[in-house]
Amino acid sequence: MIAIVDYEAGNLTSVWRAFTALGVPAVITGKGEEILAADRVVFPGQGHAGAGMASLSRLGLDEVLRTVFRRGIPLLGICLGAQIVLDHSEESDTACLGLLAGKALRFPENHSDAQGRRLKVPHMGWNDLKIRQVHPVLEGIPDWAQFYFVHSYYPEPEQERHTVAQSSFGFAFASVLAYENLVATQFHPEKSGRPGLRLLANFASWSGK
Amino acid sequence: MLSKRIIPCLDVRDGRLTKGVKFLGNADIGDPVEMAARYYDAGADELVFYDITASAEGRGIMLEVVRRVADQVFIPFAVGGGLASVSDMYKALAAGADKVSVNSAAVKNPDLIAEGARQFGSQCIVLGMDVRRTAVSGRIPSGYEVVINGGRTPAGLDALVWAGQGQTLGAGEICLNSIDADGTQNGYELTLTGLVGAAVSIPVIASGGAGRPEHIGQVLSQAQADAALIASMTHYGYYTIAQIKEYLAHQGLPVRGQW
Repeated sequence: MIAIVDYEAGNLTSVWRAFTALGVPAVITGKGEEILAADRVVFPGQGHAGAGMASLSRLGLDEVLRTVFRRGIPLLGICLGAQIVLDHSEESDTACLGLLAGKALRFPENHSDAQGRRLKVPHMGWNDLKIRQVHPVLEGIPDWAQFYFVHSYYPEPEQERHTVAQSSFGFAFASVLAYENLVATQFHPEKSGRPGLRLLANFASWSGK
Repeated sequence: MLSKRIIPCLDVRDGRLTKGVKFLGNADIGDPVEMAARYYDAGADELVFYDITASAEGRGIMLEVVRRVADQVFIPFAVGGGLASVSDMYKALAAGADKVSVNSAAVKNPDLIAEGARQFGSQCIVLGMDVRRTAVSGRIPSGYEVVINGGRTPAGLDALVWAGQGQTLGAGEICLNSIDADGTQNGYELTLTGLVGAAVSIPVIASGGAGRPEHIGQVLSQAQADAALIASMTHYGYYTIAQIKEYLAHQGLPVRGQW
């Protein structure tokens, strides 16, 4: 069973629907004991880092997620979930879970590409990956695959070895991060067509090693 | 590199698909769920559903359509048409929509945008704007006026001013429909799209007037739209999404060419 962590930060049903379409049993839950008993844990989220962290601590789920990570249970962070696993977010200067060393930074106000064309923030839409490291969760994902992003902050891991793939929006940023039994995607695999479903299917059979 | 998005728009009435030409003479062309699944397979980057139903009963049917789409279509999709309260937004999002689009109701009650953005996040809130060319005046300095109620009622609001306000209130995206171009298949309103795009820093989806791939190329490059809404040109099988994307890629525009 996969537990999808419900901490009142956005709509979680699309992640659940994607696993259901893949034939993978999943449950949306905010109960600590249910999350700790799961084979795998998905930590999604959209919206605000400050509000997300506040909900996690109010519900006692910050400690639950730290325990999930410590116990080696495969853990997938999605979107805001990929930022909250870091130490810190610039969004409202928020202290985060600290599972992976790094911080979430905001795209600059007057962002532009190499040709000087204005880039609109949020980074919203489909973008590709430059895969930097082999990871079981990216197995079978073709070079051409694009994924759906919507975010104004991006993860910046402290150590290069935690970046599995990068995407480019004005500059390259880490769009897939991994450390031990944790993997995190800045994009929404559940909204990224077949390549996204493949990633979720890979996660559903990943041992966390 | 971020791709330009191609977004088919499906008008739904009482759970069936229609396509209006200048909002008149809608012809029934099928099941929206089946059409959505077909577009997902065909490489649409996102979908928009406009519910043009008036009755409460029809709204219930629409939510069922949303649920069935969400079960099988794994790309983002927005729902608009007749959403007048945060509770209406919540119902559409809970049924599986990723975004909600508000139009006339937001003109009448701008706070709806702010409330929606606060509760669900800006990324969920699309400000839909219907705009018509008009005489330049003190009230409408750009010569582009917002119209509401399906294009029937001038709102007395300048399109550029309203776009800016929408962004400030918390809209995450603007879907900009030109009433003049809508249904003509003669191309998008490039001037309007360029002006609104320059006035805001959130993404702009151009809508109204697409008839050929060249039109989409123009609005994405010349008018710098972030996405293009299409309907008849693919609904009726004149073009496939793949043909459109092939054309755009050939023009040097970034697209999601395989899926």
